[in-house]
Amino acid sequence: MDVILFLIFAIIAVVCAVNVVVQTHPIASAISLVGVMGSLAVLYLLLGAEFLAMAQIIVYAGAIMVLFVFVIMLLNAGAESKRGRSLVAQLLGFPLLIALLALASYFIQRYYPGTATVQFGAFKAGTAQNIGRALFTQYLLPFEVTSILILIAIVGAVVLARKEL
Amino acid sequence: MSGPPLAWYLILSAVLFALGVAGFLFRKSIITIFMSIELMLNAVNLSFVAFSYQLKQVNGHVFAFFVMVVAAAEAAVGLAIIVTVFKNRETLNVDEVDSMKY
Repeated sequence: MDVILFLIFAIIAVVCAVNVVVQTHPIASAISLVGVMGSLAVLYLLLGAEFLAMAQIIVYAGAIMVLFVFVIMLLNAGAESKRGRSLVAQLLGFPLLIALLALASYFIQRYYPGTATVQFGAFKAGTAQNIGRALFTQYLLPFEVTSILILIAIVGAVVLARKEL
Repeated sequence: MSGPPLAWYLILSAVLFALGVAGFLFRKSIITIFMSIELMLNAVNLSFVAFSYQLKQVNGHVFAFFVMVVAAAEAAVGLAIIVTVFKNRETLNVDEVDSMKY
């Protein structure tokens, strides 16, 4: 059952990711990216990361992608023109990508040969309670620094979005 | 009854990351390039969660959470920059935004 679920959502994620890259219209890429994020949320659930799965749906699929779609709508972004692509990229790009993936798969299989099989429910520490405890004890300083980062991002976005710039 | 090996999750993560790199390198539209970056961040998050499962620790989840927060902040600032560039130059093609090159 776990294998079937993994395969279904892994295939959805890969197909949507390929779609993100090959679609010429940005709105099609954005919708495909939502598909990737949704299937990744299911995979997080299979790995026992309940909190992260929900955060993935709310933050990524909810907030970030809405922002993307909103900007695409605002800028009226049309399909990308195909001219100006170099011949070398067209001929070598896909084989090199396959070679990179094969190399990565080979090294992963070589250095992690006897990894545990992933069983749904075997790892139960990914709840909001455990993550909250880690965030507010062991990772308190990074957590507070993150709030400063978000403040800087808010100020930066407001400054950039002003009329006179 | 057993699940898939953990290496499958890592390979899926590598595949998604490579697709993100390909999109980043091959696409011309600045919005699609930005979406490829988000794809790469997601792929790394999957690796974090997978290793967290392997080591039976919650630290990987905390790191993935921080990556999510940074991605949200980055999306807000990056999209504001894209809107500003479009207002000033009327283009979304990265090849035409090259005034810092010369």
